[in-house]
Amino acid sequence: MEEILVLTHADETGAALTRASLEAVTAGKELAARLSASLTIGIVAVDATNLAKTLASAGSRLLAVSGEAFTQARYATDAAACEALCRAANATIVLAPGSSRITRVAAGVAHRLGGFIDTHITGIGGAEAVEATRWFYRQRVEGVLSRDARPWFLLLDAGTHAAFSGEPGTEQVEEVAVQLPAIRTTVSGLRAPSQGTQTIRPDAKLLLVAGAGWTKKQADGQTHTAEAADLILGFLRAAGSSLGSSKSLVDQGGEGNSVLPFLTHLNQIGQTGATPRHAKGLATCCHGEEPHVVGWRFIADRRAISLDPNCGWTRGKADVVYVADAFPVMAKVNALLEANKA
Amino acid sequence: MANVLHIVVCAGIVPDPLQTLEPVTGPNGPGLKNEMVLPAVLDPWAASALYEAAALAAKNPGSKVWLVSLGPKAKLQQVMMTVAQKAAFELVPIDGPIGGFPDAHSTAAVLAETIAALPGLDRAKLLLFGGWESATRGAGVTLQLVGERLGITDQFQGVDQIDLHDDGSFEVLERVEGGKHQVSVCAGAPAVLGWATGNLAEPRNNPQIGMANMRTLMPALQKAKPATLAANGLRYVSVALPKQQRTTRVVKDLTPDQIAAELVEWMGAE
Repeated sequence: MEEILVLTHADETGAALTRASLEAVTAGKELAARLSASLTIGIVAVDATNLAKTLASAGSRLLAVSGEAFTQARYATDAAACEALCRAANATIVLAPGSSRITRVAAGVAHRLGGFIDTHITGIGGAEAVEATRWFYRQRVEGVLSRDARPWFLLLDAGTHAAFSGEPGTEQVEEVAVQLPAIRTTVSGLRAPSQGTQTIRPDAKLLLVAGAGWTKKQADGQTHTAEAADLILGFLRAAGSSLGSSKSLVDQGGEGNSVLPFLTHLNQIGQTGATPRHAKGLATCCHGEEPHVVGWRFIADRRAISLDPNCGWTRGKADVVYVADAFPVMAKVNALLEANKA
Repeated sequence: MANVLHIVVCAGIVPDPLQTLEPVTGPNGPGLKNEMVLPAVLDPWAASALYEAAALAAKNPGSKVWLVSLGPKAKLQQVMMTVAQKAAFELVPIDGPIGGFPDAHSTAAVLAETIAALPGLDRAKLLLFGGWESATRGAGVTLQLVGERLGITDQFQGVDQIDLHDDGSFEVLERVEGGKHQVSVCAGAPAVLGWATGNLAEPRNNPQIGMANMRTLMPALQKAKPATLAANGLRYVSVALPKQQRTTRVVKDLTPDQIAAELVEWMGAE
């Protein structure tokens, strides 16, 4: 019989489990029910006692690794913690969120346990065996795979399961002791790459993508980068959207060209960028080339504004393409959004 | 004071991102149709790692960069003709399969074995570089597994910046959720750094670097060791292109006011 372990961890505050962790709990409960397997949830946090209360109704055994060493994400300590939890649970299948914290260590832990790992899992199915769905070639080819070897680690992409939510209660948590290795890395905190406006909002319903056209010469033969920046930031404020970019636009910064100062490579969507999950996406001044559009794989409802009637978006990559100049259109959109707010 | 670093960059080769990919299943499992004739490039994030490695080595005299690459010898030769113009390195080719479907654990085992056997490599000075994810499998696990196999327990993924200090320690910026970086200070080598984009633009072709690389590149390719990758029980149930097909409505005759009204209504709709 399979022994399923769900690895979870606290968020930045240390006071709650991350949403991705709670999504993994849902996946674990579903898989355990389907396989009639036992379910254990492991928590990595400074103090797991309070966090465990939110999992009281999950109906699982709770294990925890606690202590100051686990305040922040670090390979040496997190790998030791996850290894200890896996050994204590005697897990054959380990589900975990594909968060930066778990992704940094999970493969190493799998190796220490003589196991195997597959990441970016978007679905778990199968009738006789456990089958996991993931994408290859940066979301261009979809594959379903299975493994007989155990333990098998599956890292779940965010947004693929509903977050677990249950009545808080008191649940006995078993503390697992960890033998920490020598610590050579000190985590000093988090840093936002761009000062001022927060442009990346993973929980936003809408993604606005800015393409290189915003900084190109306009009809008057001049660039209007400052105006473009105002329009884009105005839209982010009014719509509460997240901001993505094509590679060509963020690369301009490194090439000494006129740039939008708030854009960094972290905003980049596509083959060498992010693949975010938003309900809707609006592309502006972007050609919709395949290396960029692969980053839109999980954005279902797509619209684009482009001056080019033959751009990539018109070839089945967007639902609606407006052949128009984004400058006046976005100015009007911002005015309407502000008017609606007022 | 300069630090002498031994930087090993693991980088695969991938189909040019503009190519159309069509999966096919053969006797050895899934692959891509006409994979061997598709134009290939160095894996983009691993290429960032190579450029960062070259820049770091250039700032620290006495340092050396090895480029360890697993792929079919003929494809490696083709890609290296371009890559060799951009950064100084010693190529360590491994003649093996191409593509995103072989098991990452097997790939990591071959890479780790090759790195462990590199003549002249001082593990105390080792910075193991690579892309944090490949453009083929995109699992983000190979470099981590290589690091574990080499006994390196200071690992960083999604790296965009490294600042080396005089005492050999370095500050590293790793991508985390919400568009932020986690800032850490590591006591020094050995360490694993899986690079994201970094901060360097792609270097321009430099014929002098190309000539220097070519002296060792071709002999290395001729001596490339063959490698086979075990499946490790990995079984593919299906591999297919996504089925979703959009019917695009192209709107050419609306004024900015009309488009704006339509967009605002769309944004507000559930």
